[in-house]
Amino acid sequence: MQVVPNGPVDGVGARVDRRTPGTLDRMGARLELETRAASLVARLSRAAGKGGGTTLPGKLIWKVDPGAVDALAARLAHGVVIVSATNGKTTTSAMAARVLESAHRLAWNHSGANLASGVASTLLSSGGAELGLLEVDEFALPEIARRVRPRVVSLGNLFRDQLDRYGELEHIAERWRAAVAGLPQETILVVNADDPLVGALADGRTGAVRFGVDDARLARPALQHAADSKYCVRCGAPYAYAAAYVGHLGDYRCRACGHGRPPLDVAARSIELRGLEGSSFDLVTPAGSRRVRLPLPGLYNVYNALAAASVSIALETPLDDVAAGLEGFSAAFGRFERIEAGDRRILMLLIKNPAGANEAVRTLEEGGLPPTLVVALNDAIADGRDVSWIWDVDFEPLLAGAQRIVASGDRAAELALRFTYAGFPAGRLEIVPELEAALDRGLELVAPGGELVVLPTYTAMLRLRAIAAGRGLVQPYWRGRST
Amino acid sequence: MRIRVGHLYPDYLNIYADRGNIAVLTRRAALRGHELDVSPIGLGDELVPGAFDLLYIGGGQDREQALVAPDLAAKGTAIGAAVAAGAALLAVCGGYQLLGRGYRGRDGSWMPGAALFPHETVAGESRMIGDVLLECELEPGVATTIAGFENHAGRTLLDQGATPLGRVLAGFGNDGRSGFEGCRVRRAVGTYLHGPLLPRNPQLADWLLSQSLAHLTGGPVAALPPLDDELETLAHAVSAQRARDRGGGR
Repeated sequence: MQVVPNGPVDGVGARVDRRTPGTLDRMGARLELETRAASLVARLSRAAGKGGGTTLPGKLIWKVDPGAVDALAARLAHGVVIVSATNGKTTTSAMAARVLESAHRLAWNHSGANLASGVASTLLSSGGAELGLLEVDEFALPEIARRVRPRVVSLGNLFRDQLDRYGELEHIAERWRAAVAGLPQETILVVNADDPLVGALADGRTGAVRFGVDDARLARPALQHAADSKYCVRCGAPYAYAAAYVGHLGDYRCRACGHGRPPLDVAARSIELRGLEGSSFDLVTPAGSRRVRLPLPGLYNVYNALAAASVSIALETPLDDVAAGLEGFSAAFGRFERIEAGDRRILMLLIKNPAGANEAVRTLEEGGLPPTLVVALNDAIADGRDVSWIWDVDFEPLLAGAQRIVASGDRAAELALRFTYAGFPAGRLEIVPELEAALDRGLELVAPGGELVVLPTYTAMLRLRAIAAGRGLVQPYWRGRST
Repeated sequence: MRIRVGHLYPDYLNIYADRGNIAVLTRRAALRGHELDVSPIGLGDELVPGAFDLLYIGGGQDREQALVAPDLAAKGTAIGAAVAAGAALLAVCGGYQLLGRGYRGRDGSWMPGAALFPHETVAGESRMIGDVLLECELEPGVATTIAGFENHAGRTLLDQGATPLGRVLAGFGNDGRSGFEGCRVRRAVGTYLHGPLLPRNPQLADWLLSQSLAHLTGGPVAALPPLDDELETLAHAVSAQRARDRGGGR
C-alpha cells in the first residue's frame, strides 16, 4: 500500500508495541490498514460471487508489500508451523489443527489456499491468533519459509505431480534443500524418513524429528509402477526395500553404499486397517506409546497422522492430547468425504497424481470395490494441464470390480481411453463431460440406499462440491472446516 | 504373429506414462490377432540388433536420464544396426534426446548419445511446456495430425537435410523456432510429444505396428484392418483444440 502513515493514526495503532519506536511502529500501523483493506477485498470478492475470496486480499498484499508477511508472522506469539508435501498436506494440517487448537489460537489456512497469496490472506485475517499453522505448496515453500521463519517445518513426501507445473522431482528436492539450509538453527525439522529424498533433508540437522511406518505386514509385494525415488540419493544404485508401503515410501537400503532409512523418532506399529472406517495403530514416540484409532481410512492417512503427531510433539503437546486430537478428527473437504444426497450417498475421494490416486484405489479395495463410479478428469492449471499421469495410476483393481463407470470432466474422452485400453468393456462406460450431468447420471445408476463413489481431480472436486452446496447438501468450503 | 518389442530402461524412463503407449500397441495388435512380446532391456543388457521388431524408449527425469545415458550410448551401434535392418522404433522426450548425437548442458558439459538421429540437443534457459499439434505425412501423400503434450528444457537442433516428424501447427516443437517437431530415420520416430502419445494418435500406433510386422515377415508393409476409433478421435480432437487454444508458441 502506498498510503503509509508517518505518525500515529486514530484507532489503528492499538496493537502496536509502543516500546518499539520508529519503523516497527509504522509497520504496525501499516499492517492494520492493510488488514482492514484486505478484509474489505475479501467481502467484495464474496459479494461478487467469486468463490470464497480466500486469496484475493493476500494476492494484493503479496503484490504491494510482500514484507508485510514477515511482520504478520512475527506477531504470532507461539510461532509458525509449516506443513508441506506432495500428498496429504491438507489432511496433515487439518489433523494438526485438531490437536493444537485446544492449546493455541490458530491462524490456519484451512481452505487449502497454500500459495504465498493464500498464506498472506490467512495471516492478514487472523488477528489475535497465537500459532500459525500453514499448509504450504511445495514449490512455494522456500519463499514462505524464508519470510515466516517457522518454529516447525514438516516435510511429508515428494511424488511426481503435475510435471507441467512443478517440474521434475529433483528440481523440487533441490529447492527444498536450499530452503532447509536457510532455516534458522532453532527451527525443528520434521521429515518422513520413509521417503529417501525427504529423509535425507534432515541429515546432520540437530533436533530433527524423523517419522515413519514400522510394520512389515503392510508392505506391498513390490514397488508400484509410479514409484519415484527408487535410486539412492547418494550413489544412484537401486534401493533394496525391506518394506515398501506407499509408492516409494518404505524401509529402504542401498546395497552399494549403505545409505538407508535412518532410525525413527516417531513410528506407527501394529497397524490395523479397517476398510473405509479407519485404522488403528501404536503411535510410538520418545514420550511413550499410545494406541490411536484414526477415523480415516488407508495407510497414507497413517502417514498424515504421523506427520501431525510429530509436529504436535515438536510443539511440546502432551501425548494424550495428540492421541485425542487424532481420534477426534474428520476429513478435510473433498479428500475423503461422505455426502448425503437424498436416499443415496456420495463418497468423494480426491485424485490428483499417481501416488495419491493409487492410495484412493487401495482404500476402496479395502472397503469393498464399488459397483458404480464417476471419475472426473479436468486439466486446468490446478489439476495439471498434462493428463498423462492417469496412465500411471493403477486403476485396474477398480475396473475389475466396477459394473458401470461414468467418465466426466473436460478430458473425459482421455479417461475413457485409459479404461478401455485396460480392457474395461465400452458398453459399461459412459462419457458425460459435464460434471453436474455426470453426478446425476451416477446417482441414477445407484439403487436407493446405495453409495456412489466419485473420484474427481482438484477443480472437478471444487465444482462438484459447489453443485452439492447449491443443493444444500454440503457447506461451501470457506465456511470453516467441513466435515 | 508375435511382434517382438524391446523396451529400453522401463524402470528408469517412464515419466510420462510410457506404459500407456505400450498398452495401446498391445491392444491394437491383439484386436488384429497379433501378440506383443515386450522384453525390458536394462542397464548392461546386450541388445541384439535382429532380436526386436520394435524398440521403445520413453522419457525420464534428469537424474534417471543421466543414470542410463552412458549405457545407451554404448548400445548406439546396435540400435543403429537394428534400424538399418528395418526395425521400427519409437522414442519419446528424453529417449528422443538421448538417441541424438548428444546433449550440451547449461554448464557446457557434453553427454554423448546413441547417435541414431541426426541431431544435437542444447539445454535452454526455460522449459517449453504445453499442448502441441503437428501436421505430418507418415506415408507420402497422406496428411495427418498428431496431438500431444510437451515438457522439455532441451532445444533439439536437426542437421541440415534431416527429416522431422512434422510441422508444428501449435506449440513449441524441437526448439521453439524452426517450426519442426521430432525426427525420422527409416522406420524410427523420435518426438517430444507425450500425453501419452499413442492413445490419442491411433494412426501412429498402427503405422508403427505395420512397420514392425513388415520387419518381422521381411515382406512389404501391409495395411492393418481398421478399428472403431470413435473415442480415440474424440480424445484427439480435444487435445488438438487444447493446443490451438493454449499451446506454447513461436
